Amino acid sequence: MGWIKKNLFSTPFNSILTVITLFILLKTAPPFIKWAFIESSWFAESEVCKSGSGACWSVITYNLRFIIFGFYPYEEHWRPFTSMIILFILLYFTKNKKYRSKRLLGFWIAGLPIMGILMKGGIFGLTPVNSANWGGLPLTLLLAVFGLAAAYPLGVILALGRISKMPAIKALCIVYIELIRGVPLISLLFMSSIIFPLFLPEGVTISKIIRAQVAIILFTAAYVAEVVRGGLQGMDKGQYEAAASLGLNYYMSMRLIILPQALKIVIPPTVSILISAFKDTSLVVIIALYDILKTSQTVLSNPKWMGFSSEVYIFIAVLYFTGCFSMSNFSRKLEKELDTEKRFNEK
Amino acid sequence: MKNKKDTFPFIEIKALNKWYGDFHVLKDINLSVLQGEIIVICGPSGSGKSTLIRCINRLEEHQKGKITVDGSDLTDNIKNIEKIRAEVGMVFQHFNLFPHLTILDNLTLGPVWVRKISKKEAEENAMFYLEKVKIAEQAKKYPGQLSGGQQQRVAIARSLCMKPNAMLFDEPTSALDPEMVKEVLDVMVQLAEEGMTMIVVTHEMGFAKEVARRVIFMDEGMIIEENNPIDFFENPKHQRTKLFLSQILN
Repeated sequence: MGWIKKNLFSTPFNSILTVITLFILLKTAPPFIKWAFIESSWFAESEVCKSGSGACWSVITYNLRFIIFGFYPYEEHWRPFTSMIILFILLYFTKNKKYRSKRLLGFWIAGLPIMGILMKGGIFGLTPVNSANWGGLPLTLLLAVFGLAAAYPLGVILALGRISKMPAIKALCIVYIELIRGVPLISLLFMSSIIFPLFLPEGVTISKIIRAQVAIILFTAAYVAEVVRGGLQGMDKGQYEAAASLGLNYYMSMRLIILPQALKIVIPPTVSILISAFKDTSLVVIIALYDILKTSQTVLSNPKWMGFSSEVYIFIAVLYFTGCFSMSNFSRKLEKELDTEKRFNEK
Repeated sequence: MKNKKDTFPFIEIKALNKWYGDFHVLKDINLSVLQGEIIVICGPSGSGKSTLIRCINRLEEHQKGKITVDGSDLTDNIKNIEKIRAEVGMVFQHFNLFPHLTILDNLTLGPVWVRKISKKEAEENAMFYLEKVKIAEQAKKYPGQLSGGQQQRVAIARSLCMKPNAMLFDEPTSALDPEMVKEVLDVMVQLAEEGMTMIVVTHEMGFAKEVARRVIFMDEGMIIEENNPIDFFENPKHQRTKLFLSQILN
């Protein structure tokens, strides 16, 4: 009772807010719960589903494998599945500070080709699967994980280039960053899928996925660069001077002194960029790649399952939310770990 | 120390001129510092005294004149500059410790990366100098957990770990609370007694009287007066020096 009084009804204004919030919740929550859980059907056939009044989650349970794996050959689904499990395990261990070591890096270096081989096949008796058939969640994760992992270091290098004292490098980085930032990702994706192949010599083709991947990396890197530049410029000049006065060269002082501090300062905005890049991978639908959003839409275009878009989109939203939320969680954890300035409070 | 001690200028500055844009900060500075000498530079703020010592390790670039440190000229050659910086320690007004590293890591970073000695040796070395500045028990802490005086002593130890041949002090006690000034000065006096070549920009006239070989008074970018501490404080020749001393000593 005391808690309610203190937190919800402390002032007349707060009381009004509480009442309004309660009213809205009462109006919306019960119908939603009724629709989503009480009257919903989880495994019923679509005909049965259509006659019911609740949510028809069977649109997902029935089509789960297509939504997740797209046009990947049905009997080979274990391969992308295993790849994803490997990826999740690696991500899990990376998230935990006590496992972060050279050995984990080794596992990443070993894990990436294994995932690639599993997906692509062609050796060790695995049936080759054309990357045009890759789709669904593995594709989304592939674009996101590689996109972010490559865009971040590239962005850092661009930021360093932009504040460099060498005019040529500086100009090059500014032109790059401003050009890319001046163009929407969609147009970059179009360019990579339509214009770029025109410049390739005859007979040379580069997979559409790689081209989309490169476009995402180039795009995200430009944004990361600007955020990192902010961090670099926010650094105390004394840190540069102290590093220099020890005789450290440019590379050492950046790597040991400046970047560790500057990158730490910009963790929150960097993660915002990475999260939005993760969500932007869904734009690859416009160049006809079947990421998880597109495979779900494909399910909805099947007459049997038409009309259940709420269920499907809620499912997709939950998946994206899980991804984005774990990223922001990770960033908060990282910030805490790297926080040396406030540690004296813990004495 | 080297056998050429006291006979050969370790730092030699000839006809040094520096401008910030149109502003003439340093005007025709001539100064030579022998091995083992302790020089105190004082003067009103804006007189160019910090800029002068920052020129010695090239944190500031000079436009005219010549600076020679340990026999090699300061030019644009970046490798040469890095070598001189490793050899000439610098202590800043605001300490400039690396806040993301522990005290011990602050001290071992230079020796490991620049001097290329082993981590273990660098740590033993670091502990030796931390003992010397009487702060060894704080080795595992971060700079943010120490008081200003402790941080400045760590900063001095960080410079010493590079085994420098000379040390530059840029107003090392100006940012400290009064009760912490002494602990830092004590360390500096100890260094002076051990024969370190030191150039100290400071307003601590007690320190100047106690250890300085020469005291230099600067104003408006020029060296106005230069003398041994006894004559400097008792018979200042120049009007501006008298004025400055009367302001700072009262």
